[in-house]
Amino acid sequence: MRIKVNHISFSYNELQALKDISFEVDTGDMLAIIGQNGSGKSTLLKCMNRILKINQGSIEINERPLSAISPAKLSQIMAYIPQTEEARTGLTVFDTVLLGRKPYISGKPSAHDLEFVSELLFRLELEEEAMRTINTLSGGQQQRVFIARALAQQPSILLLDEPIANLDIYHQMKVMKLLRQLSAEGITVIITIHDINMAARFCNKALMLKQGTVFASGDQSVYVSANIEYLYDIEVEVVRYKDNICIMPKNL
Amino acid sequence: MNDEVLIQYKRYRARNKRFIIFILLLLVLIGGIALLAGSHWIGGKEILALLRRDGTALEYQILLNIRLPRVLAAVITGIILSASGALMQILLRNPLASPYTLGISNAAAFGASFGIVFLGAGSSIARSSDLFMITNPYIVTVAAFLGSLLGLAIILMIVKVKQASVETIILSGVIINSLFGAGIAVMQYVADNVQLASIVFWTFGDLGRGDWYKLFFMLIVLIPALFYFSIKRWDYKVLCSGDDYAKSMGVNPQQTRILGLVITSLCTAVAVSFFGVIAFVGLVVPHIVRKCIGDNEEFLITGSAVFGGMFLLLCDTVARTIISPVILPVGILTSFLGVPLFLFLITRRKVRCE
Repeated sequence: MRIKVNHISFSYNELQALKDISFEVDTGDMLAIIGQNGSGKSTLLKCMNRILKINQGSIEINERPLSAISPAKLSQIMAYIPQTEEARTGLTVFDTVLLGRKPYISGKPSAHDLEFVSELLFRLELEEEAMRTINTLSGGQQQRVFIARALAQQPSILLLDEPIANLDIYHQMKVMKLLRQLSAEGITVIITIHDINMAARFCNKALMLKQGTVFASGDQSVYVSANIEYLYDIEVEVVRYKDNICIMPKNL
Repeated sequence: MNDEVLIQYKRYRARNKRFIIFILLLLVLIGGIALLAGSHWIGGKEILALLRRDGTALEYQILLNIRLPRVLAAVITGIILSASGALMQILLRNPLASPYTLGISNAAAFGASFGIVFLGAGSSIARSSDLFMITNPYIVTVAAFLGSLLGLAIILMIVKVKQASVETIILSGVIINSLFGAGIAVMQYVADNVQLASIVFWTFGDLGRGDWYKLFFMLIVLIPALFYFSIKRWDYKVLCSGDDYAKSMGVNPQQTRILGLVITSLCTAVAVSFFGVIAFVGLVVPHIVRKCIGDNEEFLITGSAVFGGMFLLLCDTVARTIISPVILPVGILTSFLGVPLFLFLITRRKVRCE
């Protein structure tokens, strides 16, 4: 689905977190929102999902204003994975993923819902863990469970807040590959991410946020040293290695 | 292999349902025993006589006007306290939450004390054998109910003024509890001996205060509440994964939480006003059920309700019969029976993990 963000602003009481943000994402795009801590990345993601109410501007999904979509309908279009799940220990993996079917369940989950979940568990290689509780899983497995839970909503748009924070490089790659695969299947994927190398490698679009404003956006051509140096206030060297962009900090 | 996962999960759901049905059967069984047992044992011969309609009027009276209301009072109160406890723990995302977390118990006790001291409900001794007879139970009940509504109103005011987080709500509950605790102390200070004894007696919690009108009133409150909780069970499930996630799933966390708290508090207020403060059940029954069926809100509320009804009935039956004809306050038994059961469940799980 095509998302158009038009001049949105948002403040937490006195503090203006987002100022005049505009950008567009198309079906099948994978957008990385990058910037320093506190630059407004997570806030932007929450505004796009109406978790936070924007003060100004508008967001459109396939030309339709976000404000005209009911909360129940929105949960069938857009799925959100928070950065850290608030402690929820004893639920089984199957039940957690089944939670994502809520927009389609009234009362009791149907046979179709259960089959849908079980197929997702297979797809994300979680079938062995189906009856384990979340708190017994590793970080990488947990993240896959949450992605499965989001996919259970059958969304066209997937929003993920720091999906690979706290994961080792093996699980980072696994999650990023999965997200790219999903975007190739036509889901619009939007993530916030700190690892700019991973962002450059996997996401075809980038949005650079500096103190609540868009500083640069576009395709991979935005990964030039001048942009990144301004974004993070450090000196970097951007090199190309086997068609991949590598960003390395210069002097220590 | 795909089917394997489905079969496992369906088995798990079936197991949870079987647990609930088993507890329900246990409840019926204990209910049957509770009707027969007591200081006047009603055996098979008497029941046959009753069925043939030639039983003595005494047995008829005991069954219909003493034992049956008491059994139903225990079951309904157990359901209210345990379901409310489970819901409070879900809504406030806190394992220490109970039906009394918002201060309902002290608020009701304050109301009852006020009724006893100032409205004359416990001021005179009706018979010389009953030193602490509450002479007008209806005034005490109404005063206790109004007290708990006052407590709830203060909480709601705080929530409204400040966009209240879960922490603020819990803290408000603690404050309300101590405020009304101080109020009770004042009442006890100004009360005379008989009134003081009445206040203490009231707070013990006693299921013998039930009659058919009270039971009817409780059901009027309980049935719509359970229906509402059942409709909302998926919202509660989502809410357990955090407010942001709930919003992204189309659930309004603030509204769901406040409405849930108000309904559970009203149910609890009714139970407390009628039967006094019965501790422990609302806090621990949801944990016992969690240990048995896991952390799934779909089954937790129903499971807690059924288990709570069974458990309070069991406690009350033991309290009535253990040193019959003396009837112990049921609140004492709930802790004495509940703590060993809970400890057993905690240690059993640990052994299995090792």
